[in-house]
Amino acid sequence: MINLYEVKETNQMIEQDNLDVRTITLGISLMDCIDSDLERLNQKIYDKITTVAKDLVKTGKEIECDYGIPIVNKRISVTPIAIVGEAACKKPEDYVTLAETLDRAAKEVGVNFIGGYSALVSKGMTKGEENLIRSIPEALAKTERVCSSINVGSTKTGLNMDAVRLMGEMVVKTAEYTKEQDSLGCAKLVVFCNAPDDNPFMAGAFHGVTEADAIINVGVSGPGVVKHALSKVRGESFEVLCETIKKTAFKVTRVGQLVAQEASRRLGIPFGIIDLSLAPTPAIGDSVAEILEEIGLERAGAPGTTAALALLNDQVKKGGVMASSYVGGLSGAFIPVSEDQGMIDAVKAGALTIEKLEAMTCVCSVGLDMIAIPGDTKASTISGIIADEMAIGMINQKTTAVRLIPVIGKGVGETVEFGGLLGYAPIMPVNQFSCEAFVSRRGRIPAPIHSFKN
Amino acid sequence: MKRSIITVVGKDTVGIIAKVCTYLAENNVNILDISQTIVQGYFNMMMIVDTEKAESFEKLVRELDGLGGTIGVVIKCQQEEIFDKMHRI
Repeated sequence: MINLYEVKETNQMIEQDNLDVRTITLGISLMDCIDSDLERLNQKIYDKITTVAKDLVKTGKEIECDYGIPIVNKRISVTPIAIVGEAACKKPEDYVTLAETLDRAAKEVGVNFIGGYSALVSKGMTKGEENLIRSIPEALAKTERVCSSINVGSTKTGLNMDAVRLMGEMVVKTAEYTKEQDSLGCAKLVVFCNAPDDNPFMAGAFHGVTEADAIINVGVSGPGVVKHALSKVRGESFEVLCETIKKTAFKVTRVGQLVAQEASRRLGIPFGIIDLSLAPTPAIGDSVAEILEEIGLERAGAPGTTAALALLNDQVKKGGVMASSYVGGLSGAFIPVSEDQGMIDAVKAGALTIEKLEAMTCVCSVGLDMIAIPGDTKASTISGIIADEMAIGMINQKTTAVRLIPVIGKGVGETVEFGGLLGYAPIMPVNQFSCEAFVSRRGRIPAPIHSFKN
Repeated sequence: MKRSIITVVGKDTVGIIAKVCTYLAENNVNILDISQTIVQGYFNMMMIVDTEKAESFEKLVRELDGLGGTIGVVIKCQQEEIFDKMHRI
């Protein structure tokens, strides 16, 4: 039988260490909405989302109440809109109407984000996919809750450099379209390599074409819990360190598993996966950087950071995998800058650079995330950064992503405030040397060889 | 049976158990087990209860929270599965 000590431990995790379930994300297929008439398509999309997801928020709140565990976000992901809209959308503006419909549906059912304004163009772009990409700046400026993600490469296909170049331009344009809000649009736009079909986390969530009609995916969190556990084993060996992370990750993930199963049962929608990511928030004590400090680094970014992060990421997976019946999504430690107080402090202290962050993304998910850069950064430079990050994903057979925010009108040393879970960020310097001639080349980088690993 | 865990934490004072138990009795909640300690003047109690016959779990959580406020302690009521899942394989 459960004893007082165990109950106290669980409640301490929730009350003091910020243990929460970060998101219940309901994936909805829109394949059955496809229509060549734009108006009918919009109506079908709105009807399907508001029907399937009508009880999502209510059910989430009931589960929170029953178990006393906060479920921070209830969200929706949909089939990549480039596919859904291709038959009806003849120009970028047509796609914008779909974004507005998604926004309306999200507001109707009460979710704070809806993901899937996406295109999967890892090898080539159809006309419709290109139109969707070109519509992103306007779509993100005109909507509040829509998130967009574009997959521009994979280990199997190589990198679509035409899409990489285009996305550099679109990131800059999105920043300009939303410059009144410190280029907030870019916080809702992510570029992927090897994007997973079942990711519950925004801004990169979409409901992949390999998925069922509707599915529940859950993202757990808990950096604060890991940090608290590690504070009790300071100075101990790596064995003790790793065992502590594994045990903690197991406990955190079990809560996610319970919430996922309950949400699935109550909504009558199958359970998909648990995403084992350690997702920080700007709240004090809910930071991945602080875990790295607890492991023994003065600041995130110090020599040893990549090794410490690799260790952390791997142990979280080892502990979490056994706690859940299905694991998927991104499953790795997130290292966003603006959403993690410890990362922000490390940047301010001069310990952390974009180049070090890039090295860190080789050993964890998900990539260069929520990094504010000067507003006058050239599109070709952003494309170059995207290409570097995508190459890491392609070669290492992992998911990588880029979510950069060129803040129009601001430069290095200034700070940008996004608010809420998106946090705030000091603007980081970008390497000033040009890669224009490189990213101007047409075509794609071929898929890498999968053998001869030495 | 629907087993839930009630925890009461706060500064010790006269009548905490009496008030919590009275509320539970009035709301059809059967107490299955109680364990309680005082650590450095702080009252720590855990009850395992059956909430199946309670009118609504949400109301129970809300009213126990309110009752805690009037006594000066924190009262939480959570369904047992969260603890079982976390601490048992």
